[in-house]
Amino acid sequence: MPRPLDARALAALAANPGCKRRAVLDGAGVDKSALAAKLGSPAPFGQSQFAIVRGNSFEAKVKADGGRELLRLIGVEEPGEVSVPDLAAAGPEGRVARTALALREATGAGAWTLLDHPLLALEVAGSPVHLEPDAVVVHPDGGWTVVEIKSFPMIDGSADAAKVGAAARQAAVYVLALERVAARTEGARVAQSVLLVCPKDFSNVPTASMVDVRKQRSVTRRQLARLTRIDEIARALPEGISFDVVERTAEELAAAVECVPHQYAPECLAACELAFHCRARAREADAVEALGRSVRGELGGLTTVGAVLAAARGEEGDPEDPAVAALRRARALREEALAGVAACR
Amino acid sequence: MSLISTLARMEAVESGRAQPLATVRHRRLSARPLVLVPLTTAGEAGAPLGALVGTDPEEPRLLVVPQPRDRDLRFAFLADLAEEILPYVDSFTDVVEAAERNEVDPETGKKVKVEVELCADAPQLIVPSRAGIEYVRLLGRSTRFRRTAEQDPETPFPAPPRVPLLGRWLTHFGERARVPGSSLLLSATDLLNRHWATGQSSLEDQHLGALLAWIAPCDGEPGAEAALRAEVGRDAQGQLLCPPAGPATDPAFDNKLLAPAIERYDRARQSLGAAEDGESADTGLAELHGAERELRRLIASQLKPTWHSVWRAIELLRELPEGARVEDRWTRDRWSFTGHRDRIAAGEPPQPRRDDAVTAASKLAAREQAQGQLEAQEALDDPLVMAGRRLAGEAFSAEVVEVTMAWTESKRPAPRPLVTVRTDDRPHLAEKVKVYRSLDGKPQAAEFVRYEEDGSPLLRILDRMGRSREPAEGSVPEKGERIVWTLFEHDQRVGPKLPDPEETPWTHGGPPRADAVEPPDAVTPEDLL
Amino acid sequence: MTVFDPSAEAARATSAILADTLRGTARGVVVDSPPGAGKSTLVVRAALELAAAGRPLMVVAQTNAQVDDLVLRLAEKEPDLEVGRLHSNDSDPYDKALDDLANVRKSAKAGELTGLPVVLSTAAKWGHVKNVEPWAHAIVDEAYQMRSDALLTVAGLFERALFVGDPGQLDPFSVVGAEQWAGLTYDPSASAVSTLLAHNPELPQHRLPVSWRLPATAAPLVSDAFYPYTPFRSGTGHGDRRLSFGVPSDGSGPDRVLDEAAESGWGLLELPARHTPRTDPEAVGAIALVVRRLLDRGGAAVSERSETPVPLTPDRIAVGTAHRDQAAAVRAALADVGVTGVTVDTANRLQGREYDVTVVLHPLSGRPDATAFHLETGRLCVLASRHRHACVVVCRAGVAELLDEHPSTDPVRLGVAVSFPDGWEANHAVLSHLEEHRVTWAP
Repeated sequence: MPRPLDARALAALAANPGCKRRAVLDGAGVDKSALAAKLGSPAPFGQSQFAIVRGNSFEAKVKADGGRELLRLIGVEEPGEVSVPDLAAAGPEGRVARTALALREATGAGAWTLLDHPLLALEVAGSPVHLEPDAVVVHPDGGWTVVEIKSFPMIDGSADAAKVGAAARQAAVYVLALERVAARTEGARVAQSVLLVCPKDFSNVPTASMVDVRKQRSVTRRQLARLTRIDEIARALPEGISFDVVERTAEELAAAVECVPHQYAPECLAACELAFHCRARAREADAVEALGRSVRGELGGLTTVGAVLAAARGEEGDPEDPAVAALRRARALREEALAGVAACR
Repeated sequence: MSLISTLARMEAVESGRAQPLATVRHRRLSARPLVLVPLTTAGEAGAPLGALVGTDPEEPRLLVVPQPRDRDLRFAFLADLAEEILPYVDSFTDVVEAAERNEVDPETGKKVKVEVELCADAPQLIVPSRAGIEYVRLLGRSTRFRRTAEQDPETPFPAPPRVPLLGRWLTHFGERARVPGSSLLLSATDLLNRHWATGQSSLEDQHLGALLAWIAPCDGEPGAEAALRAEVGRDAQGQLLCPPAGPATDPAFDNKLLAPAIERYDRARQSLGAAEDGESADTGLAELHGAERELRRLIASQLKPTWHSVWRAIELLRELPEGARVEDRWTRDRWSFTGHRDRIAAGEPPQPRRDDAVTAASKLAAREQAQGQLEAQEALDDPLVMAGRRLAGEAFSAEVVEVTMAWTESKRPAPRPLVTVRTDDRPHLAEKVKVYRSLDGKPQAAEFVRYEEDGSPLLRILDRMGRSREPAEGSVPEKGERIVWTLFEHDQRVGPKLPDPEETPWTHGGPPRADAVEPPDAVTPEDLL
Repeated sequence: MTVFDPSAEAARATSAILADTLRGTARGVVVDSPPGAGKSTLVVRAALELAAAGRPLMVVAQTNAQVDDLVLRLAEKEPDLEVGRLHSNDSDPYDKALDDLANVRKSAKAGELTGLPVVLSTAAKWGHVKNVEPWAHAIVDEAYQMRSDALLTVAGLFERALFVGDPGQLDPFSVVGAEQWAGLTYDPSASAVSTLLAHNPELPQHRLPVSWRLPATAAPLVSDAFYPYTPFRSGTGHGDRRLSFGVPSDGSGPDRVLDEAAESGWGLLELPARHTPRTDPEAVGAIALVVRRLLDRGGAAVSERSETPVPLTPDRIAVGTAHRDQAAAVRAALADVGVTGVTVDTANRLQGREYDVTVVLHPLSGRPDATAFHLETGRLCVLASRHRHACVVVCRAGVAELLDEHPSTDPVRLGVAVSFPDGWEANHAVLSHLEEHRVTWAP
């Protein structure tokens, strides 16, 4: 049963595309939240019901008036008839098929069509995942535009750049999925800019901005293509490994997780459910990455805090190695400055 | 991150305690700062939920919005906030000293000195974190264009009288905070992070509770453990032991405690409104007060720990002596404060939503200059900061081994002594590279001439030796003296003068429209502020 | 199919530019110039024609070296033309070579240079010039490396201007955050050209279509990877330029990569994968060895400039790095193997310069992580486009994986035009091309 590739999984992928542990768990459709809880480091993510209520009511407002409000945001004041096809169908496969059919019909129709919560499929890591954009608008000329509705505000025309970036990456995946359908639909063309709809200033009046997602699309396409290699990683795992959160004990799960190497970085904390677990492992291993990706830049081959400190103190390391030499100078200068101040006080 | 601070972080990992990154305090701490700990409602821009505010750590004022969707209650909150912040700000506007400023005489076009007032001290706002600074800006933006009934009798939802003024001041504080080295609006996390290195990453350092766990742990508990508890520790009810420093709340708090309490408040208001006789009105009123008290208690429970943490941070920083050049930067803050005071007094309109081309360019230039100034001053004030610059090859500490007098070959020969120095540092010296040392607080320049055969740098002193043939007493380094030279300048050059906004050239869209008046934000039935 | 005639194409572009500049009605003309497309030649020619037409001209360049270079070129072309060099009050404010030129007047005061047909200075110095009669015309050189706020300080000094620059090189930057102005047409931290065009989209825009520097082996890659929407061609064909060695290969890695580069224009000397500090001693040593062998093997270049082989002397060779400390380490290593006279510098300082052969330390070599600095498109573009014959890149294995593991969490600012190409993609493109010219070697 494929799990939806949700915003959180995408964020985790973007934050740490090189992490094999995340790749295997996401590829295998493991519920990382439940896994993290069972491992004793529950994910700290939650959503306030105030935010959910607000988000839902805003989305309803955007889609009100039979899609005319949304078209007004695209810049079409007089859309004529706007068709809003019913996309309901039995099961996800049925909904995906229904969406594809609606897209085909709309593309030939030569009128504006709003697809409310269509369901798209995309092959990720060898298995299909389902994606549900907030909306897709089909233009009379056959162009398809992804619509992302977010509840963070656009104030004086600008918005939180990190949140817009996340929305752009999310929308880029929808663009990729739509392109697969468009390839089989005559006259269809997927717009490389998406419509981001947000509340304006401090109101809940919708406003919108077109966001060019070409960059995110090409990066994500490459990342998703690389994900197929997870079956190679999986092949390298010992026989009988299972991430069955319900059946396996915490010890078994911990051992299973440990078989797949992580690539923890502090950025994971905001993106991946397993981050606190991996952080504890990274700290146990004394890994320098626990202090941030950027600290590694000047450390060369030294990978543990212990090795760095030993090198800095002259206990270990080749003095010819520029990293070791720089550390020794750094320590000497630091000690000199601190000793000088201590002597003065 | 520089290698020297990476090393400090690793020492912190090993020792379980934060390690110093500075030996002096690089920011001004006012004797009477105003601490503001705000909370906001999830998912709604600029819908405050509550705040603790005040200048006395023992007596914060608690402000609460019992129903954040209610416009009147939000306005009441902002009016209360204005009554806390504006009198504090005003208390600095009247104490002034005389100062001089260069101005261009509009008639002669010549530069003249003008006697002006400079506020003797300035207010200082301290919030818990960077998100708090961002929130101050947001509050400023959301309130400065509000219209009061006095300004516009027709406005359907007039703001309380002092709220737009609060918005203008908060906007000023928020903009000033973007100037490197400024101290009008500071966050506790930035202050602590400037002065200590913890054994965690800079991302984790944004959590005030975790940060303090490393810097000032209770009972010598190892930093990592104390920090973990601050990050994720929860009580039996599933509530965080250390609530977030805001303005965002913890979703578990919202869902389990806050939402039911707000619901109870709403119900009480409804039944009070529906009360048909005095008795049920009394019961309703009692229920409403009870609900409000409960909300105040809940919100205070989220704010109090942060309030104490901010004051704890201030206390820790007060233990460090102030850097010698901090006063200089604070004077600039005072100028900035005085300037805004004068603009308000002159009846100028609120700061526009977006800067025009000239204003944007001049702000950027001022900030770049402040950045250069800050980097130089911090290094000159603090040997530990200078150590980082020395490691980077941007400064060097050297002993004078030989001084040879030499002069320029002009008609009136000026001294240009040659100084051979010995250093273990590795500065990026090349021919004609200028170096500077601090001489009585002023920079003295020299240029690198060459490396002597034994590898010692040879420098030629260029200035600050007086006007006569013989250099002034004490102006030439002496043999045996140990001097720190920097490859960076100590003062910043003044950048090119920008045109007046009315003379914005065609390349930048020409002058902004003079008739453009910033309209108030559109008011809609469902708007939030 | 018509045959591509580079000279004719370039001439057509130049005359269109000069026509718009001298006889057009628009206040500005923008010219995009890819690496080695004759930007300086165009600037000198436009300056001379404007001067000949009696239009008082000011020239704005970004560095003193650029200004001095233009003064020398002008004097070489037209020794009789009176030229003003406006300079700063610093010591040694201009190249001493200017003192030998009879018709070049130098001053730190603009007032002392008014009336001269052409006055040249840096944007920083022009920004201080006040209360003067505006010039009829300006040429703004390296306009893509100029910040919008710098243009704001000088734009009041001229009526009309020709803006020339290379959009593929390093973007200007600011040492403090400028996010609050992102998306504004006049964002002070953006490039002068982006502000100019945002406010004056109707201005004629030209581009020089031919790179005279880059050989036929390099132009397609550099064009595709860094100028996807404004392609250019090489002015020379395959076989017009040849690099040969008097001494045959000894079979070592450096010799093999030199042979590969001589043959194909590109060579990748790949060292074993390893995380290293910036001044990776093995990579630095490998660079020194490559340069040493380049000289020892009697390298000689044949090109359209000379049919007889011209010996490859140290001054025709450059080493490019990302960081200053890397450049310093390479200089020291070259000194150790007895090489002098080879230019070693960072990408920033190599902008606008040209050599026969370049040896480049890949910005991502040995790094545990990629950063925005190391991924910057312009940095790689500068390093990959300084050579007339061949470019040898020295790099640790594993950069492709490093790129794939790079987080893609870039913030997106509303209203900011997406700049292309993306550094991440350009790096992938260059790397996959270089892999076809790979010589693996363990020092």
